[in-house]
Amino acid sequence: MEDGDHQDVGRRATENAVRTSYGRLLAYLARQWRDVAAAEDALSEAFGRALEIWPTQGVPKNPDAWLLVVARNRLRNDARARKTREQIADSLLILTPTETEDMPAISDKRLELMFVCGHPAIDAAARTPLMLQTVLGLTAERIASSFLVSPDTMGRRLSRAKARIKDTGIAFEVPEESELGERMECVLETIYAAYGQGWDSAGSDDQTRKGLTEEAIWLARLLVELRPNDAEALGLLSLMLFCESRRAARQVNGNYVPLAEQDTTLWDLPMAQEAEEKLRAAGGLKQPGRFQLEAAIQSVLVHSRLTGADMRLPTWTLYRLLTEKAPTIGNLVGLAAATAGVHGPEAGLKELAELPEPVTRDYQPFWALKAQLLQQLGTDQQATAAAFKRAIGLTEDEAARAYLIDKSTKKAG
Amino acid sequence: MQYMMMFFENEAEIAAPRDSAERTGPYWDAWNAYVNALYQSGIVQKGDPLMPPATATTVRIDGGKRLVQDGPVAATKEQLGGYVVIEVADLDAALSWAARCPAASHGAVEVRPLRQLPTQR
Repeated sequence: MEDGDHQDVGRRATENAVRTSYGRLLAYLARQWRDVAAAEDALSEAFGRALEIWPTQGVPKNPDAWLLVVARNRLRNDARARKTREQIADSLLILTPTETEDMPAISDKRLELMFVCGHPAIDAAARTPLMLQTVLGLTAERIASSFLVSPDTMGRRLSRAKARIKDTGIAFEVPEESELGERMECVLETIYAAYGQGWDSAGSDDQTRKGLTEEAIWLARLLVELRPNDAEALGLLSLMLFCESRRAARQVNGNYVPLAEQDTTLWDLPMAQEAEEKLRAAGGLKQPGRFQLEAAIQSVLVHSRLTGADMRLPTWTLYRLLTEKAPTIGNLVGLAAATAGVHGPEAGLKELAELPEPVTRDYQPFWALKAQLLQQLGTDQQATAAAFKRAIGLTEDEAARAYLIDKSTKKAG
Repeated sequence: MQYMMMFFENEAEIAAPRDSAERTGPYWDAWNAYVNALYQSGIVQKGDPLMPPATATTVRIDGGKRLVQDGPVAATKEQLGGYVVIEVADLDAALSWAARCPAASHGAVEVRPLRQLPTQR
């Protein structure tokens, strides 16, 4: 077990180092050449070359600068070849730098790259995949599976997005103050989409699947590092850390466990503590926003479970503020759950009934909550069974499905 | 767009629950709920469950010679247990329905677009 832990730590350290290098180099090259796809090709060739040369000639003192020089030479060659309309086929022209050559300093342009990936001019469905691929170096196949999209489709979507950046000349810059808020929101949503991707939940606020959660948290940490005084970036990081801290408690022996029944000794309390600190730091900046509100709801839930304090009223208040700012279907279902907590199941059901049918038709958390509230009310067995059936049929996660099947067979309570 | 979702299940999994007369328990609960959700969504064009692969008969004509075999075309671990044709906006939507299928957790769901014949256009 300990050995495994060490290996895990080692693997993560290596992954982090590669990720950091990759993102920095790609951001730098893509910005300079204003061509994400070409920068990716050149960089992947540089990494390939490193694998050939480093094992025999040793790793250079500054590996990043070495990679950058190789990739840049390749981009220059390509540009020259295009200009003169003759293909320079000799691979030796991709010059290998020597240690004595002046190594460039690589300034960190990953923030600029993140603003490009989350640009409103890019197809919304492509933003998160693009950020995962360019900043973290994830493959299109891996991203496709997490997003439940065919690898072919994902490949095309990413290529189109890169072509759009090139053709429309989206600037690799941190936006000006006047549009910074709006653009930042796009970037935050792009990262959050990686966290919540494709998740079903039996309750409205608790997810079980792993997906790209680590990657999303990594991106949020990077954003906080690059923009330390942005309250919403801190809020987003806090929110994701809170959710992540409960991971081990959500599924025990393959069984789904809802928040209210989780064994809190399985929670990662240092992670929850870190989440709390980030939320506090965000609050100190006095820039309220939806991600801070969502994190605050998580904070209240954690507090309530750990101390046994009744936090239903503050939860409801926070959900009302949140749905004013971000009336998404997920948040509105969350509000209905919070309303039921304060005013009883009937009030919650009334709010659910007001949500538009086309949106709720195939939305699993809506049916899961409806079933739960109808069961609590205990007056309409037929409607309860129908809502459970609907929730079960829309559930993707096997453990959550088994949990709902089990619950549907129980009597009111 | 119309897509066929083909549900592939472990052979034992297809056979065992179908042998029980009452058709209750988590296996059928999950399937009934899934099919119900599909129909409630209003996207189903047609669909049927199939009898277990052991009931299949396969016919081939090889050089004029008839060859009739008991059993499915290929004796693979996962076998076709049923199908549904759905009408949805795009492949992404079809895949999200495939992921919800109980067979996706134990076997596999194949999603294929229906080919539109010229006369249907």
